[in-house]
Amino acid sequence: MGKRTIIPFGPQHPVLPEPVHLDLVLEDEIVVAAIPQIGFVHRGLEKLVEKRDYNQFMYVAERICGICSFGHSLGYAQTIEALMDVEIPKRAEYLRVIWHELSRIHSHLLWLGLVADGFGYESLFMHTWRLRERVLDIFEKTTGGRVIFSACTVGGVVHDIENSELSGIVAVLDGLASEYAELSGAFLKDTSVNNRLVGVGVLTKEQAYDLSAVGPFGRASGLPYDIRSIGYGGYADLANFVPVTSPAGDSYARCEVRVKEVLASIEIIKELVAKIPAGEIAVAVKGAPAAGSQVVSRLEQPRGEAFYYAKGNGTKFLDRFRVRTPTSINIPGMVTALAGCQLADVPMIVLTIDPCISCTER
Amino acid sequence: MGSFKLGRMTMRSLLGKPATAMYPVVPPVYFERTKGHVENDIETCILCSICEKKCPSQAIVVDKPAKSWTIDPFRCVQCNACVIACPKQCLTMVNTYTAPATSKSTLTVTKAEAAS
Ligand code: SF4
Ligand code: SF4
Repeated sequence: MGKRTIIPFGPQHPVLPEPVHLDLVLEDEIVVAAIPQIGFVHRGLEKLVEKRDYNQFMYVAERICGICSFGHSLGYAQTIEALMDVEIPKRAEYLRVIWHELSRIHSHLLWLGLVADGFGYESLFMHTWRLRERVLDIFEKTTGGRVIFSACTVGGVVHDIENSELSGIVAVLDGLASEYAELSGAFLKDTSVNNRLVGVGVLTKEQAYDLSAVGPFGRASGLPYDIRSIGYGGYADLANFVPVTSPAGDSYARCEVRVKEVLASIEIIKELVAKIPAGEIAVAVKGAPAAGSQVVSRLEQPRGEAFYYAKGNGTKFLDRFRVRTPTSINIPGMVTALAGCQLADVPMIVLTIDPCISCTER
Repeated sequence: MGSFKLGRMTMRSLLGKPATAMYPVVPPVYFERTKGHVENDIETCILCSICEKKCPSQAIVVDKPAKSWTIDPFRCVQCNACVIACPKQCLTMVNTYTAPATSKSTLTVTKAEAAS
């Protein structure tokens, strides 16, 4: 046994902008254990439910994360709607899913860019983010915001998207898909990329199951879990939804799952655009959540399953609101995947769970 | 093989027009819905304070005796809640951003009758 050294990693690291700290226990260049620590950016916004009524808290909820902002507003809206027994119009459900899937595309493109940047492939990074920009333009055109949309309200959505504009979105996505096909070739077939990803940071299916890995991280280990398949909201009307999985469990598989999920999201959007019914986009919601009412709801964010809990007290203010984001549940899996890797691969492996520490700490 | 494809893409970028706008020579394009800043048509406003109550970031202060409406653009998060809630539809989300500033300031509009 070689001499053991402990190397601190983060919370500030050139490759990883996320404020996570790891104590890496090394034997020579091999990581034998990693001890994670978070808590550097705690914002305490769950406590704010006591000061902002349930409508105002929508704008706080969507600020939980800058990348899945729409997902969090959707998750919050779903939770409050379940708490108050509100049924929203079909068109609103479809629009929500369309924005949510667009968010997934932009989130995965962002991640692919970051990962390319992580292994030093600058031009790939630039091209990926260039494509992502088109999705952000769709957001700005349809909601007025590039990052924070404020497009969801309790009871529906704020903005309608005209059917002609929806076909415009499909045209943009078709254009994006053809360029994306060239890009994904670089991610999946390029030797220099494969050298950094194949066989790195393996998490087996059993480990992923035991540690409850969620999202693309779990699906890359062969776990076919995707909350979208329980068919909430507009997902219920999809003809056929099959989670994208890959059996290998290494960094390459995680990259592959995300690359394919972008295409799957484009297909979902196309299908929903073809099926979207006409009609109202919101219902008026009056009153307040009943005292003692509690609800748990789940949602598939780009990073995996997010979990929401809310408790009403008869007033417009909630008693309690709680979010569990996908990153917090993926940290044990990440630590397991790190054991046995080379020191130089650590930032890469941490990146492959697509960590979002800031939303983990809310 | 993948690299070669990317090489083609990069060549296209080098020879084609730039992917980004040449700001500030080319002015930025805002979409109709772009959330820039909130403006109030004070003559229509009835100073009912609904916008003040709805605002999640307490950016608006309505002063009924002084007949004035004040917004702190540095607190405003462009959420549109006030615009949706206003019963007189006198608030608009304008699609241009406010000018950058070196110090924080608020913006007050007062009804003409009160000012005279
Ligand atoms: S809600 Fe409208 S009418 Fe009422 S005070 Fe605000 S701006 Fe004026
Ligand atoms: S846009 Fe939102 S944050 Fe800004 S003043 Fe209106 S309610 Fe307040």
